Amino acid sequence: MSKLKYLPNVVTLKLDRAKCNGCGMCQIVCPHAVFKLEGRKAQIVDRDACMECGACALNCPEGAITVKAGVGCASGIISGMIRGTEPTCDCHAEGGNCCG
Amino acid sequence: MKTRNREFKKAVKGSLCSPSIPKVPCKLSLSDRFNNFLVRASFNRHDYAVDPGLYALGEPTADSPVMVSANYKLTFDLLRQALVGLSAWILVLDTNGVNVWCAAGKGTFGTKELVNRVKLTKLSEFVSHRRLIVPQLGATGISAHEVRAESGFNVVYGPVRAEDLITFLSAGLKATPKMREVTFSLPDRLVLVPVEVVQGFRYFAFASIFLFLLGGINPVVNLLAAYFAGAVLGPVLLPWLPGRAFSIKGFFAGLIMLAVVVAAGTVEASLVELLAWGLLITSLSSFLTMNFTGASTYTSPSGVLKEMKLAMPLQIVAAIVGALLWLVVRFF
Repeated sequence: MSKLKYLPNVVTLKLDRAKCNGCGMCQIVCPHAVFKLEGRKAQIVDRDACMECGACALNCPEGAITVKAGVGCASGIISGMIRGTEPTCDCHAEGGNCCG
Repeated sequence: MKTRNREFKKAVKGSLCSPSIPKVPCKLSLSDRFNNFLVRASFNRHDYAVDPGLYALGEPTADSPVMVSANYKLTFDLLRQALVGLSAWILVLDTNGVNVWCAAGKGTFGTKELVNRVKLTKLSEFVSHRRLIVPQLGATGISAHEVRAESGFNVVYGPVRAEDLITFLSAGLKATPKMREVTFSLPDRLVLVPVEVVQGFRYFAFASIFLFLLGGINPVVNLLAAYFAGAVLGPVLLPWLPGRAFSIKGFFAGLIMLAVVVAAGTVEASLVELLAWGLLITSLSSFLTMNFTGASTYTSPSGVLKEMKLAMPLQIVAAIVGALLWLVVRFF
């Protein structure tokens, strides 16, 4: 079975290669092998595999990566719409979670 | 959230290294296994927490590795099982009883909590090295360079799955690309199905009673088919259903179940009735499978939002038209 892919050309991931110091942290933390070090600089090699978790941006010491991270969850987005807030995992009033 | 599992308390009672450090066994007891199964099936799952703090696994020394974990008992149990035969420190963060990845997404498994917990537990007095092994999926909440600046500890990201930890440790803290990738295989999806089923069951039960009063058992069977399509078939058949959007996959899962109920004869042999249930089953199934994006490991929020904007108006219109058509055949 090939890797499951979600919708193409939607993610907000951006990499500023000029700022990259080649530390490779993005390649380590990415759960979908979106980055690869090429010529001592990171490169986005599988953009559509990005799930916008935000781990790369948070762990980039140079601030070279930006991504609008958030919850990729329909019910989270719906409850955010109802409450007029950002999408949230808190499906329950007491602050529990709905993720597995 | 503060109530802890009674059996677990018993397990951590004995302590060898220091009176303040609870010692935990690697092996899970029978009651551990039974309770873990119940939680998987969504019973009591918001109340399955471990006390945050430092734990000793085996007989750790000042050189033993420090594993950072969440205070969700399923997470904690996976970790201690994966480390059978090893001595290590486990630093449990307070994530309100939520697993590492979800808690990291919310920021409770985060830089601030990690730095605080390192200080609160006086970790630097127990170990001579300055290295924290953080599960890779925790990186969504933790900034390695900030932790280093604020606590003096270096964050090393371990593999995604606890089962790869021993290999990771014996390879000198090196993970293969495979260990760094999140999968969404059939077993991964199957463990999530009970939660999907239980979560929407309340609505399903209400709607069933309503439908039963209006039309007897057949519409209830059809509704059950729609529910099964969206909450079970969609997630299980995910890679094989056409389309990339979950709502489209759910629509096709609904078509399969529509064929089943037509064959079973719970949909009457009239075009309007077929159209009514076709719209109802596929729209409900599409919506339910779309909600499975929350449990999936590869959908981006931008993608989900795009999909929802297109799919939800269609799902709502289809459901309303389907319901009206059904009422028309039923009562006119």
